[in-house]
Formats: sequence, structure tokens, C-alpha cells
Amino acid sequence: MDRLDELESKSIYVIREAYKEYGNVAALWSIGKDSTTLVWLIRKAFYGKVPFPFIHIDTTFKFKEMYEFREKYAKEWGLNLLIAKNQKALDESMGPDKGKFECCTKLKTIALKDFINEKGFKALFLGIRRDEHGIRAKERYFSPRDDEFKWNYKDQPPELWDQYTVKKDNATHVRVHPLLHWSELDIWEYVKRENIPAVDLYFAKDGRRYRSIGCYPCTKPIESNAGTLDDIIHELKTTKIGERSGRAQDKEQAYMMQKLRMLGYM
Amino acid sequence: MDEYLSFVMVGHIDHGKSTLIGRLLYDTNSLPEGKTEEIKKTCEMLGKKFEFAYVMDHLDEEREKGITIETSQIFFKNGNKNYVIIDAPGHKEFIKNMLTGASQADAAVIIVDADEGVMEQTTRHAYLVNMLGIKQIIVVLNKMDKIDYSQEKFENLKNNLHELLLKFQIKPTYVIPISAIEGENIIKKSKKMDWYSGLSVIEALDTFKKMVEIEKMPLRMPIQDVYDIGEKIYVGKIESGTIKKGMEVVILPSEETAKIKSLELYGSDIIEANVGRSIGITFTEDVNIKRGAVICEQNGKPEVSNRITANIFWMGEKPLDKEERIIYKSTTQEINGTVEKIKNKINSSSLEVLEEESKKLEGLEAAEIIIKLEKPAVFDDFNHIPPTGRFVIIKDGIVQGGGIITSRGEAA
Repeated sequence: MDRLDELESKSIYVIREAYKEYGNVAALWSIGKDSTTLVWLIRKAFYGKVPFPFIHIDTTFKFKEMYEFREKYAKEWGLNLLIAKNQKALDESMGPDKGKFECCTKLKTIALKDFINEKGFKALFLGIRRDEHGIRAKERYFSPRDDEFKWNYKDQPPELWDQYTVKKDNATHVRVHPLLHWSELDIWEYVKRENIPAVDLYFAKDGRRYRSIGCYPCTKPIESNAGTLDDIIHELKTTKIGERSGRAQDKEQAYMMQKLRMLGYM
Repeated sequence: MDEYLSFVMVGHIDHGKSTLIGRLLYDTNSLPEGKTEEIKKTCEMLGKKFEFAYVMDHLDEEREKGITIETSQIFFKNGNKNYVIIDAPGHKEFIKNMLTGASQADAAVIIVDADEGVMEQTTRHAYLVNMLGIKQIIVVLNKMDKIDYSQEKFENLKNNLHELLLKFQIKPTYVIPISAIEGENIIKKSKKMDWYSGLSVIEALDTFKKMVEIEKMPLRMPIQDVYDIGEKIYVGKIESGTIKKGMEVVILPSEETAKIKSLELYGSDIIEANVGRSIGITFTEDVNIKRGAVICEQNGKPEVSNRITANIFWMGEKPLDKEERIIYKSTTQEINGTVEKIKNKINSSSLEVLEEESKKLEGLEAAEIIIKLEKPAVFDDFNHIPPTGRFVIIKDGIVQGGGIITSRGEAA
């Protein structure tokens, strides 16, 4: 087995453990490269017959390329896709102009929170990785969230030797992170090997490309000429620019990302 | 081909762990662009001096308190070797975080303040690293600048440390005198310590390998789940050995025998799978297998017993009592049991034996215990096949203890 096989096997193990443990689960699909890789791994884990739904939290501010991608592959892969929206906030014309923290909270965190409460999922799969952002390095594979939806990162259960048992009493749901041990470079190398489709925005046009994609008002491209998967892989091996440098929520305030995660942000 | 190695960094509080990590990143040119400026700015905001340690501390709370609470992972590269540093907290309140981090590591770096010497957490961490089966260990004696780079003081400290660790057969691979803050013996050999002829930290790390390959050991594949998709596929991860199409296997603890009809990996056609692979299998005949069963080969079968002798480390807030009912969990086996005996209880920091026979085990204590299980477990001696030789103890729904199996339980 090579490194990519190892990464894949570990993720599939975590996915199967979580499904066995909680049954009533769902996976978040943001249409980005990480969660699309997660979708790919979940399909592998269940031999193409995934016994649970995928959720897209739609802020309505996503790039049009992302909506096209979503429709195309949800159909091609036969996904049971559910769309979660905070319609009330949207009706009150919530948007980034009302403040980025406020907007993320309403259109992502609350949208998800309400949706989970309504559907009663016991566990949610998320495609976050440890190397993405400092705060995410603190995550565990299984991370319980309490009634307030909060992440108590100070008192997390130990995870020894692939044992992920989590107390469920005061947890409304458990966040499961099968991609925790992958790096950004690993993802692209795997995308290339497996021929996983990726949204066009990741590939350079006129000297710029998106390294991380989210909502269009708050996501900026980086300067890059990487127009193919090989170019991206080469770029990542040499760059010193942080992956999320184009994401406003990380920059605006030193600790915004931490605050968002505490409140239940992905 | 690039190589990968993960190591856990542990040490007593203020012995310079974060500084060493910051230094490794800085000196290997691994800091992202703008990071140094960001840290400078934050330090100014908090009215502190710039320190390498802040590279590590992403949480405001940690910065305020100046200690690391959680396990975090940091990536860096030197030549064609990719490193993952698992930064584990030094404080004893956060020992479960330290264990979480260390249980994923191929190697360990234990940092000791050369001026202060061995402290409470130093021995505890060494004990735990050893218990987890990590054999590649570097002890760095840091802050050599504070003791004028003295060879004599270094040798004394090194001898004391060896003596202490030898009691538990812990043998560090390297002991290196360093100054993380000044960058001495981190990447290149220090000119200030020309009396030291050994390797620098990065040179020592470069000699380490990924955890011992267990491919050549007999097959162990604990069943995780059974999927009925047209036909029954039994899924699990291979913890040891190799599985092949057409192979005759024995299923434990039931002792049923069967032949592998196919290996199932979605999107690929394979006839053989090795250790670490998550795989599905089908059998040529009907079998009665549930989660927790272990697929093995006839030669070199594991132990099957309802009594287990093990070394355990307790990290619960409440003690573990003798005769208490617990859940034993090893790979995918989950079995109810009771603690029959607690022997040779030790304080994990002083490594002193506290009691030969005890009624309970408090948090941060280690002991030899005998567990009686309601159903037989399938296991190996930890030193033979580590993945099936280790387990956790679940109490009140959470993991509170970790253990390694030393032998089949003798009758109490």
C-alpha cells in the first residue's frame, strides 16, 4: 500500500465505524475539493450504495459553478441530496454586508443547526483537515457537540488506537471527521489518482485561481498559473502561502475562526 | 518517493517544547508566508516579546495562559522527509490529550530542561510513550545556554535520566544537548558544544523509520460490519498480515473455517490486501459472522480467553475499583467484564510501586490488572502483534483507560 491507500483506508474505517455506531447519519457536502473527496470515500466505503443522505448548506451566495457542479454530480452519483437553507434570515435579506461573522452564523451555522434538529441526525460527516487551520488541528475524529451545538475543545474524550467511542447523553450529535489526517497536497494527489471531478474555479484563468472555495463575496482567488492538476500539485509543493489566505472569515478577526467553530461552524 | 514520519513531542511544562517546534519550523523554512508577521502582531497586541513558541499556539486561551492544552499536529519538511509533529500538552490535567497524540506517533521527542532536570511529567511521559510501544525515542536536554553549554552537567543529567528510565526498560535512542531558543544542535551541530559528537535533532529524526511493518505477521482482520448489497460483504481493516483470494481462514472466537471467495474494494479489482487496508471480503460458503469476529489464518492463531492480564494506565476522574463492571474494547470487539485483580500499582510520575495488591486505581496511576470477561476475547501479546494486543476500558460511556496485553490471564 502506498501513502494514498493508507489515507484512504483510515478514512473508510472511520466512516464505517461512525455509520455502525450511529446509523442515523448524514454527510455535509460543500462542493469543495475536500468534501467532494469525502463523498468519494463514502461511496467507496459503501460500494456505491450509500445508506444515508448528503447535505448542502446553501447560503445562496455560492459561485454559479458550484451549483452546476452540485446538480451534475448529485445526479451522476445517485446521491440522496438535501438542501439546507436559513430561509427566514434570507427573507430578512441577510448577507455579508450585514457583517461577515453575523452572515456565517445565520446562513451556515443556524441553517445547519435547524436542519439537524428537524431531521434528528445523530452524527454528521465533515471533510475538515488538521492542516487547514490552526484551530482545526485540535479536532478529533469523533467530536461530540452539546445542546448548545458547542464544541468543548478543552475536555475532549481521548482517542486511542482507532477507538472512537463517545458518550452520547449530553451530545445532540457527533461530528465525524474522516479526512482529519489528510493534507491539502494529499487531497490533490488523490483527486488526480482517482480522477475525482473538481469545480473549475480551482484551476487558473488569467493568472488567478481559487485555492479554497466558499461564498463568492467572501472568497478571493490567489495569483497562480496552475491550470491543471499537475500544476496545482507542483504549486503546493513549493508555495508558502496559507491555504485559506483567500477566505475573509479567517482574516477579519484574529480569533473569528475559533469563535465560529465554538458555535458550531464547520 | 517522499518519506513520512510522525513524532510526538512531550515534556514538562516550560521545558521549551513549543520553542523547539517553532525553531524546527523556522529553521527548515517551513513557516507559511506572513506567519512570522502575524505572530509578531499578536505578540505586540498581547504586550509580549516575539517567541518561537507562539508559532504553535493558535488558540487565544493558550496564548494567554502560555500552555498547550490540546494535541495539535504540525507539518514540516526536511529534504524528502515529511514530518508530522504531534504537539502534546505537558500538564497532567491534559494527559488524555497527550495519550491521544502519542498513540498516533512513530517516534517520540521528550524535552527536558537541562537547568531544572527531570520533573514530574518527564518520567510520566517516558512511561506512557513506552507503554504505547514507541521504541524510537529522542531525549533532548534543552536550555544548554543556561548552563553555559557545560559537558559535565550534561553528562550528569544524562546518567541520572538513564538510571531512572532503565527501571522500566526504557532506552532512549538518542540523548541530545540543545538550545532551542539559540538554535544549537537543532539542524546543524553546535559550535558551542564541540565536545558533543552525536547527531543534531533533525539528523536524529532522519534516521527514524515508520513504525515496524507488521505485514509479515499472521493475519488478523477484525470484522467491523456486514453489508448486504446483493451479496454479503464483510468489511474491516487488516490489522496484521495479508489476506488473499482463495485463502482458507479461521474465524475466531467461533473456530469456524471458511474460504475467501473475493476481496471487495470499490472501483478496484484486487486479489490480495495488506496490513492497514480497509477491505471487504466474501466467502465461498455461508458463515455466521458479526462485528467483533476476527478473521485469522490457521498458522499462528491468536489467543482466545475470557481472562486477560494487562498493564493499564487509568485516566478517569473517578477511580477504577476492583470488582467493578467495565467494557473492554479492542479493535472491534466490545465485551463486558469485571476487574478481578489490581497488582503492582505505580505512580506514573515517580514510577514508584505504591501497592502490590490494590482495591482501586486512581487517575494517572498504572498497574497490572486481570480482567474477567463475559465472553471470550481474541487477542495477542502486545509485543507480538500490537494492534490486537491493546485495548481501552470504557466506563460511563467514555474511554478512561488504555492497556496492553501481556499474557493470557492466569486463574485468580
